[in-house]
Amino acid sequence: MKKIIFNAFLVCTQMFFCVSAFSQWNNPHDGNPIQNTLYSTFQSPPKTLDPARAYTTDASGIIAQIYEPPLQYQFFARPYALEPLTLTQMPVIKTVKKNGKVLYTIYTLTLKPGIYYQPHPAFAKNSLENILAARQLSDLKKTGSRELIAEDYAYEIKRLASPTVHSPIFGIMSQYIVGLSDLEKILEKDYLKQRSSGISHPFLDLRRYTLSGVTVLNRYQYQIKLNGEYPQFNYWLAMPFFAPIPWEADQFYATPQFKRYNITLDWYPIGTGPYFLSENNPNDEMVLAKNPNFRGEKFHTVDNKNLAEKLMPFIDKAVFDLEKENIPRWNKFLQGYYDNSGISNDNFNEVIQLDKQGHPTLTSIMQKKGVRLQTEVVPTIYYLGFNMLDDVVGGNDNKHQKLRQAIAIAISYETYIHLFMNDRGIPAQGPIPPGIFGYQAGKKYIDPYVFDWNSQTQQPQRKSLEIAKKLLAEAGYPNGINPKTHHPLMLNYDIASGSSPDDAMQLNWMRQQFAKLGIDLVIRQTDYNRYQDKLRTSSAQLFSLGWVADYPDPENFLFLFSSNNSIVKFGGENATNYSNATFDHLFNQMKNMPNTLERFNIIQSMIGLLQQDTPCAFGFYPISFVLTQQWMDPLKPNAVANNTLKYANLHPSLRAQLQAAWNQPVLWPIGLMLIILALIFLPLFLMYYQRENKPAVKRDLKNKAEDHS
Amino acid sequence: MIAYLFRRILYTIPILIGVNVITFVLFFMVNTPDDMARMQLGQKHVTANEIRQWKMEKGYDKPLFYNADKNGFEKITDTLFYIKSTDLFLFRFGQSDQGRNINHDIFQRMWPSLAIAVPTLMIGLAVNITLALLIALFRGSMFDRTTMMTCVAMMSISGLFYIIGGQFLFSKLLKLVPISGYNPGWNAYKFLILPVLIGVIGGIGAGTRWYRTIMIEEIHKDYVKTARAKGLSEFTVLFKHVLKNAMLPILTGVVVIIPTLFMGSLIMESFFSIPGLGSYTIDAIGQQDFNIVRVMVFLGTVFYIGGLILTDISYVLVDPRVKLE
Repeated sequence: MKKIIFNAFLVCTQMFFCVSAFSQWNNPHDGNPIQNTLYSTFQSPPKTLDPARAYTTDASGIIAQIYEPPLQYQFFARPYALEPLTLTQMPVIKTVKKNGKVLYTIYTLTLKPGIYYQPHPAFAKNSLENILAARQLSDLKKTGSRELIAEDYAYEIKRLASPTVHSPIFGIMSQYIVGLSDLEKILEKDYLKQRSSGISHPFLDLRRYTLSGVTVLNRYQYQIKLNGEYPQFNYWLAMPFFAPIPWEADQFYATPQFKRYNITLDWYPIGTGPYFLSENNPNDEMVLAKNPNFRGEKFHTVDNKNLAEKLMPFIDKAVFDLEKENIPRWNKFLQGYYDNSGISNDNFNEVIQLDKQGHPTLTSIMQKKGVRLQTEVVPTIYYLGFNMLDDVVGGNDNKHQKLRQAIAIAISYETYIHLFMNDRGIPAQGPIPPGIFGYQAGKKYIDPYVFDWNSQTQQPQRKSLEIAKKLLAEAGYPNGINPKTHHPLMLNYDIASGSSPDDAMQLNWMRQQFAKLGIDLVIRQTDYNRYQDKLRTSSAQLFSLGWVADYPDPENFLFLFSSNNSIVKFGGENATNYSNATFDHLFNQMKNMPNTLERFNIIQSMIGLLQQDTPCAFGFYPISFVLTQQWMDPLKPNAVANNTLKYANLHPSLRAQLQAAWNQPVLWPIGLMLIILALIFLPLFLMYYQRENKPAVKRDLKNKAEDHS
Repeated sequence: MIAYLFRRILYTIPILIGVNVITFVLFFMVNTPDDMARMQLGQKHVTANEIRQWKMEKGYDKPLFYNADKNGFEKITDTLFYIKSTDLFLFRFGQSDQGRNINHDIFQRMWPSLAIAVPTLMIGLAVNITLALLIALFRGSMFDRTTMMTCVAMMSISGLFYIIGGQFLFSKLLKLVPISGYNPGWNAYKFLILPVLIGVIGGIGAGTRWYRTIMIEEIHKDYVKTARAKGLSEFTVLFKHVLKNAMLPILTGVVVIIPTLFMGSLIMESFFSIPGLGSYTIDAIGQQDFNIVRVMVFLGTVFYIGGLILTDISYVLVDPRVKLE
């Protein structure tokens, strides 16, 4: 018996070491390592996956693979351009004019036939018993599908007005889509009626309601009627807000039983896209699997001959793990368990070095791993804003202008980008970032009130501090002294509390920029809600903000300074409350123009006004740095499109090979630790043994024997 | 004892009401329903009408404590406080501000929290008690002094260091366990090894010192002298007789924390990406989800009071001399 046990122990030990020689004990993923699955991360659980509501990056990254709005961005085109996604052609646009003024714009959209939804229980009849027993969507085994029709797009547009949805774009769309405001009032009335009759979660069957601005012409055609002209509407048609929702899904998810187990459209999207959400645990992992009903889309590329004209998607599954902390996320990327990663400030020096020309390249460690670096300017602008309604920093007169220009010169955003962003940014000359029509680099296009052109380096160079001080003196604050108080000018800088360890250093840095001019900067840090309140009530004097583009059109940046968007007067996005009649006139002129030379020139005039009036100190445009593993096919980065998973391709066998090579468990320290423990406990054991066997009383036996004799 | 327990349970009700009131007041001192609406609706393009509709749907359009526009009892009952509180005491937690069912989320998330907390507690207890007994066995020796110094040093080190150091050593350098992650079911074991190990090691310093003190106190009692006089080995004296009597203070210290194991550990769950209740609570605070915050505070209070009651019961079970009156 003892022999059998001993032999069994030997076998188990041998198996253990054999297995450990070839396995990866630290692999966080289940399943076959050689499967065509992409592994990536998300940092915070999305609040919703409802396409009418989702507006965050994490949510967009998921739903853009599932839902298909009418249009999408051409993946390789720069400047960014749109193309049909589910349409046979771009929308046919007709305008209705009266006395030369455009009253309405009518978009006619024609769908491709033969597009089907993912398999979903909403299209099948599941028994009541199964419905009551369901705890997640996959518990309902009966699924079905149907063809995408124009009515589905119309249904989703009506959802934008539903009081149960709270779409963030309803405000904008109600100005343009005819009848959307009226529909909202009717829906709210019916909603309240149902609530007052005791229904806690009212369901509004939107098929019963008419939206005058949306007409379904036939099975595959529908029209959208807009008030006036709005050329940027095409960009909205590329967003999930205008993706289709089948009425069956809306009705299915209204089942009261499902709300108890979070089986709602917020968490279980239903689309026609290349992927569907097969597993959804927003607090742990979200899995996208290939939609078996996807029609296929050809990959039009010249960069990758192997994949050119092949049908997308190429990857079978994508697993997104929730990783809130940088350290585990980064280490798993280095171990090869994630296929792509960003670069945090903590790891930057480990990854990036600057070459002789000052361009970022990968360090030798990263090159050895075969990691690839992709950089792309993000269509975003960060700036320090001046409240133009403020007595001290606001106002359009010459003196106040000079004060603002002096401050704009003093704040060295080049230093900020170097110190706090590892040079991942471009100092801004105006509100429009690179890649957007209206942006141009070069001597002619710098901000002449803040920069000079350095002919040696052929780069903009910030004006000297002496010029800033001169401007400050001309503004009535010589050496930063307030003539009324005879003390340094005191300005209040409002900022929302952040969670980065760099926050205190950044605020100190900002204080030092103003101290260069002799100005005292009082930093008023509050939580985000109080900060927003201050902007809305004109209590903020100076503040920092950023704007991420909704779409790649200059209108989406220049509208930030239109007086009709003043945050104080109209609750809009013009946080500086800038108001200039000439600017407004030019804005109204350019906003509906196509991208022509005339539009470009108007934009330059508008930027010139902003540079002169300086309602804000333009900060920088951030650059995104993304790392991909060597087993991913190289793909051009795209900062605007979100539905890019279908273009991705990887080589799983290479990945499995390298993961195994990089992650062999190291066992000898365990053995060493056991030996050390044995060395500690052995003397203790001996000490105990000696103590226990030591006689209680020591006898002199020799003397005792003599005594007896 | 039944009467005593019944009385303790009755005392719980005003405590819970008080905690609920304080949570409510504190939360709405810092956040307004408008702020909560903006947080849920997003920051771009949100209009005043959408905020109004959101508040109406979630019930945040009502006055906090007193509704002057209503008559009679409705002045109190048609208020945010009353509506949100009544279901709470029936453990019907409703939906979060994001529309997720809170009961379901808590039921799903408590298992990962327990999966870390229970093994950490059990293994930690076994390790700390064994170490304490060994130290008592070799009290006064170099081993005793060295281990006490080591325990003090271990207590002084931040828990975060153990986490980051443990991930670096065991996951990155030695590649023995995954750095982070979680899988439901039996596959969770490989993700729990490291957090449990770190939890146990992090608790050795304080736990061993505390239990050593208890053991040393017991060793000087008369029954121990009697046991030695009877010729029992020191090992038997400590591990059989001393341990049994030392279990009373140990047990009372452990029982009180058992209910709070459900609430999870925020830092562990964040660094190891464990979808437990600790991260659930902190995420809710960050997102100003009042429904989740008040439920978690309520549950935490219930568990804490439950732990104290269990402690009293365990006293009676372990020591027959103790009576609850």
